[in-house]
Amino acid sequence: MDGVLTGIERSARGVALGVFDYFTLAARAFRFVFARPFYWNDAITQMDRIGVGSIPIVVLTGLFTGMVLALQSSVELNKFGADVYIGNLVGASMVRELGPVLCSLMVAGRAASGIAAEIGSMRVTEQIDALQSFGTDPIKKLVTPRLLAGLIVLPLLTIIADIIGITGGMIVAVLRIGVTADAYLQGVLNTLAETGFVFGFFPKDFVSGLFKPFVFGAIITITSSYFGLNTKGGTEGVGAAATRAVVTCSVLILASDYFITQLLLVLLPPS
Amino acid sequence: MMSVERHRKVIRDELQRERRSGTIGEPVIRMKSVCLEIERPVLQDVTFEAHKGETLMIAGESGSGKSTILKLILRLLKPDSGEIEVFGRNIVEMTFQEALEMRRHIGMVFQNAALFDSLTIYENVAYPLRENRDHPEPEIERIVRERLAFVDLDPDRVMTQLPSQLSGGMRKRVGIARAIATDPAIVLFDEPTAGLDPLTIGTINDLIRKLQRELGVTSLIVTHDIREGFRVANRVNLLRDGRIAFDGTPEEMVARDDAYIQAFLS
Repeated sequence: MDGVLTGIERSARGVALGVFDYFTLAARAFRFVFARPFYWNDAITQMDRIGVGSIPIVVLTGLFTGMVLALQSSVELNKFGADVYIGNLVGASMVRELGPVLCSLMVAGRAASGIAAEIGSMRVTEQIDALQSFGTDPIKKLVTPRLLAGLIVLPLLTIIADIIGITGGMIVAVLRIGVTADAYLQGVLNTLAETGFVFGFFPKDFVSGLFKPFVFGAIITITSSYFGLNTKGGTEGVGAAATRAVVTCSVLILASDYFITQLLLVLLPPS
Repeated sequence: MMSVERHRKVIRDELQRERRSGTIGEPVIRMKSVCLEIERPVLQDVTFEAHKGETLMIAGESGSGKSTILKLILRLLKPDSGEIEVFGRNIVEMTFQEALEMRRHIGMVFQNAALFDSLTIYENVAYPLRENRDHPEPEIERIVRERLAFVDLDPDRVMTQLPSQLSGGMRKRVGIARAIATDPAIVLFDEPTAGLDPLTIGTINDLIRKLQRELGVTSLIVTHDIREGFRVANRVNLLRDGRIAFDGTPEEMVARDDAYIQAFLS
């Protein structure tokens, strides 16, 4: 019995220390955004890898999500003769939830594994020790540029996913259901205007839809860097770190989405 | 390959010459009663000194804590107890930033070279120069070429290559060039000859001797290959179960009537 309790205590302590280390890493990575030296070239390289490299997968995800959303919603709306509201439904769903969340999940699947594997292999081949031996802080050199890239490119990718998703929905609405493009787009604009505007110009749905990927960008880059930096045990450890990074990022994105939505409903209540 | 007797004579002559010329001086690394536990006791009451200009070998079996000593000197790890002085400063109490600054005066050659995969050889050797000092690019290129030539590599041939395009021995030599790019007073070697063929081992040993002879560098070498270590070291510390079991010259070690030492030497 004592052995079991000791094991539980050790596990709990390990988890608590892991969470502490995670938030310490996040705090330091954010602090270094404003501290010299700045590794601009590294940040731009990461924006290219995380952002530009993810565009094809985000476009495909957005396109088919919008298309299937239009198709499924038309089945129910058709029963009430309300096909014309497909634009409202697709627009609201894409901008509020599906655009930010699906885009971030796809980027997490692609970029989180890459970041964890790259930093993990640097860890097991002593390249991170080498960085430290030259007086370089590995968090500043490796994590902060990725964090910066994530914070900038995730909202941009989300805008692409939103536009492509709405366009995909329009293609189905026009070609298969028979709704005119004007009616569809008017529905999208109406639904965005319904919840009101920030500064009298930016639709609240759009702003909240861009705040989420900003947070998800931080989650993806910090989490994958955390697992990469803590890689142990050679190539097997690198593979395990990449897998854990993707799974943890996905769970954290879905869980934090709920809490961010709650927070945004308080901060930006629908008019 | 030289005989053991010849190695001893070379080392003895080298020691005498260095003592006469006064190139072996005050301690630049000092460990006192250092203890460290990482899930199990790794180092127990380890005490030693490395003097200015000397080449000190720390030998021991795999897992005896040799590489841990290097990490402690770089302050990548902190001991549970004991003192570690580098250049006369206690590094255990240093802040993170102070430790980063201190590391800039120490070069480290890693077991598998630890070159940055995504950077060319030029970028690898230039990295510590760019990171630590405000050298103009022509000056950086001059130093990189000089260091690559010092380790017997043709700069024009290797500078644009990636680490993956070089052999193990060449990577190790680039690792040495990178470690000495900023003229460090101390160079730490982690298993410098592990996994290399005999000819390349000879080249690496020559380079370590050349560092001492021409640049007056203090070298600390951790290795389990004691016979290769004898070719370059002025002094040997033998680690056994996390403790220093022997401290003396290679000749004294060979002459020591101790079953463990003799077994280790054989």
